[in-house]
Amino acid sequence: MTPSTMWIGPLCGLLFAPLLPGVINRVKAFFAGRRGQPILQAYHDLFKLVRKGVVYSETSGGVFRFAPYLTLSAVILALFLMPMSGMRAPLSFQGDFLLMVYLLGIARFAMVLAALDTGSSFEGMGASREVQFSALAEPCLLVGLLFLSAHSGRVGLSDILGRITAGSWQDMPAMLALLGSAWFILLLAENARIPVDDPNTHLELTMIHEVMILDTSGPDFGAMLYAAALKLWIFGALLLNLILPLGPPSPWVQIPFFVIGMLSIAVTVGVVESIMARLRLLMVPKLLIGATALVTTALIMKMAVR
Amino acid sequence: MTHILLGIAIILTGGMVALMLGRIPRLASIVAPASVLLGSIASAPPITRTLIDRSSPILTANWPLPLGRFSVGLDPLSAFFLIPILILAPLAALYGASYLNREHDRHRIGAHWLFFNLLVVGMHLLLIARDGIVFLIAWELMAVSSFFLVVFDDRKSDVRDAGWTYLVASHIGAAPLLLFFAFLGSRAGSFDFTGMATVTAALPSGSPIPSLLFIAALIGFGTKAGIIPLHVWLPEAHPAAPSHISAIMSGVMIKTGIYGLIRALMLLDSPSAAVAWTLIGLGIASGIAGVVLALAQHDIKRLLAYHSVENIGIILLGLGVGFLGLSRGNTVLAIAGLSGGLLHVLNHALFKSLLFFGAGAVAQATGLRAMNRLGGLLRRMPWTGFSFIAGAAAISALPPFNGFVSEFLIFFGTAAGSLRGSPSELTLGIAVLGGLGLIGGLAAACFTKCAGLVFLGEPRSSEARHARETSLLMRLPMLILAILCLAIGLGAPFAFRLVSPAVESLTGLNETALAATIEGLPAILGRISGISLALIALAVLLWSLRRRLPARHLESASPTWDCGYAAPTPRMQYTASSFATPLTLLFRSFLGTHIQGKPVEGDFPADASFASHTPDFGRRWIFEPLFRGIDRVLAPIRLLQHGRIHLYILYIAITLVGLLIWKVGMMP
Repeated sequence: MTPSTMWIGPLCGLLFAPLLPGVINRVKAFFAGRRGQPILQAYHDLFKLVRKGVVYSETSGGVFRFAPYLTLSAVILALFLMPMSGMRAPLSFQGDFLLMVYLLGIARFAMVLAALDTGSSFEGMGASREVQFSALAEPCLLVGLLFLSAHSGRVGLSDILGRITAGSWQDMPAMLALLGSAWFILLLAENARIPVDDPNTHLELTMIHEVMILDTSGPDFGAMLYAAALKLWIFGALLLNLILPLGPPSPWVQIPFFVIGMLSIAVTVGVVESIMARLRLLMVPKLLIGATALVTTALIMKMAVR
Repeated sequence: MTHILLGIAIILTGGMVALMLGRIPRLASIVAPASVLLGSIASAPPITRTLIDRSSPILTANWPLPLGRFSVGLDPLSAFFLIPILILAPLAALYGASYLNREHDRHRIGAHWLFFNLLVVGMHLLLIARDGIVFLIAWELMAVSSFFLVVFDDRKSDVRDAGWTYLVASHIGAAPLLLFFAFLGSRAGSFDFTGMATVTAALPSGSPIPSLLFIAALIGFGTKAGIIPLHVWLPEAHPAAPSHISAIMSGVMIKTGIYGLIRALMLLDSPSAAVAWTLIGLGIASGIAGVVLALAQHDIKRLLAYHSVENIGIILLGLGVGFLGLSRGNTVLAIAGLSGGLLHVLNHALFKSLLFFGAGAVAQATGLRAMNRLGGLLRRMPWTGFSFIAGAAAISALPPFNGFVSEFLIFFGTAAGSLRGSPSELTLGIAVLGGLGLIGGLAAACFTKCAGLVFLGEPRSSEARHARETSLLMRLPMLILAILCLAIGLGAPFAFRLVSPAVESLTGLNETALAATIEGLPAILGRISGISLALIALAVLLWSLRRRLPARHLESASPTWDCGYAAPTPRMQYTASSFATPLTLLFRSFLGTHIQGKPVEGDFPADASFASHTPDFGRRWIFEPLFRGIDRVLAPIRLLQHGRIHLYILYIAITLVGLLIWKVGMMP
């Protein structure tokens, strides 16, 4: 593989990530019997927001103004650490998965501080829930990566995920299924989807992500929306690398498969959102601790079969 | 060596002179900090030399004391632990000079500086001691001088109570250490460290003595370091002490407990896997319990004190991982774990002092430590605010700051050292990645709360509304520390070089021994620094692109969206307690938070109140019952003490007669 093709994966992410919310919305519209927004709606929104003016809260200061761009930068760099469609990530190095987790941590830290900078109770509430759920989600992600790292005998994200093949699924289907389901829960939780958060309503007192960016407007809001789409792409890619191991024949075959795979994940998310209700907030920690338990079970099984 | 002794002498003299200048506090506040700075500069050359060429000079002299000899020396481990002292002692002195310069403290300032300088001297001496007696003298010097520093504001009863708690705790801690050194010294026939190191090797295998000695050292040094459940003095002493004292105690002094523990493990046999697992278990327990207790606090300095417990947990975890690797011959575990643990000692010193300085600036500007009454301070105190936010990001282990580098080493060592996938390796992996991951997430929750509620939003009280930025002398140390936090994050390979001499001296392993298994750690850390730099560059680039968009001309301001509510007030903002409630509810069975107040009732509620308080579980479940028990057992002896002097004289007479009879009876 030539070094230049490594950049294709992340560039695909930058380009196609806004498709995912479009697909999810179309699936939800289909279930509700509506026509729904165009699939490219998110692109229209982004272009519109970039050209718009911006309203700042009188309470907010520099933190609120800078945070969207720090969030977006951190998520973009995390994207460049994520291997896609069987190709190595361009910035990969040993131990990079830890940096990726903490880059997403910076994105969250900036977003939470921006929310608190408005002094709004709603945003404070969203921020408080965001930090609670992400603290519980972190062990699930890290222990899952440890499992794959022990399976592959490597510590780089590209190596870890590259070692998963169709053969691995034959060898340990149960463990990988446990990990896959836990990470699907994680994808829903980290990206503010049902059953953890409802992206459709942002003024209900029950909401998390949407309420945190309630006062963000114009290009700043665009940056936040784009960062959210990229984050969904990152978690989707993580899951897809696990459940659809694409060997290394040729990048030009893998990439279309990969993008189709990402879109099918979006369809699945849409289906889940259509047929499930949001959980009560008190139940969410149980869901996340449950996901961590699934991953740990996989790891214990690995100890046993060794 | 003479350089360091000269440095100590300068600092000691400075303290004495400051005491004599007590009537002119302004002058005392110049002399003492200047002497600390000068002394630190004087001590720097030999420390740098030891870190570069790994030399271990030693200096021994006889003294008139009946026990031990005056033996001091330097080795890479001591040199590494001296770095934070050399950086922080002058900065804390500089900050303190401005922090204390208030009228109503003037008569105490001279004595304060004497004890401050004695504390610095004690820490220096402790780290270079090569003899058990010198070590214990330095230990006691440190404990007593810091007690006087804690009770600076001794007109307040809670400060006096905190001081007593601290004094009692440090002496409970000193007792096992006395046993530890007395046993080793009597077996070896000398209190010299090299002599003591041979004792356990001579014991028959299977002897319980090394384990008992380890437990004594763990209790003694663990009390100073603040390991759960011996941490009870931290949340009392730190809020009570002046902020530069909290900074130096939390940033540097508690690390002497870690240093002592490592030194004690080196004096005993090479650490076994059981010792390592004990450290790992205590590390995770301290980490999680510390951060959860911190989340439940309303007082900003108390919150920071509990975070010291958390960070000591992370340090122990790193050391445990390293010692486990050492006992198993697993090079990656040993080197990455120990480097991570030791580097976290330095990192924690930097960001925790920064945070305490920030908290002190806030307390001085507003007179408040209760987070629920602060808010909106970033506008009023931008230097303090941005430094504090940098410190908050650093302690939450976020790149590009230093906290990430040390936690990364611990994480990475564990992951890279568990690749063979044996059950014990995977157990370690679950414990460290799951535990440290949870600690990291909770720390981020706690510091978004702390930084966000204090510095962002609207002020929640008139004190906060009228706050002013602090003096230049107090801003400068914060700025320097924030820059150092960033510098270690962006120069991670260099920071690794700083810690590797100490790691080599502990493990006997060179970093190049890793080359066979993984690409060099400095190279990996270089990638982290590179990507951190890229993050800053990208954010600035995006921000400057944003400045070119049409939004530049189309900016308007309006009140925060309040869902149409007509009369919002700052009191309606989310508070620190409400922010932390989801997490404290999750851990409520552990925290045991008391909630008092009158709930809102009826359609037009007249008055309602709410107050919550989280007691310290170590104090409540371990120490209070223990002391009550001791009290009950010893209560009958009180009969002897009734305040009548003639009876006391009778006791003396009886004792003397008894001794006389005994002596006569013993004669042949």
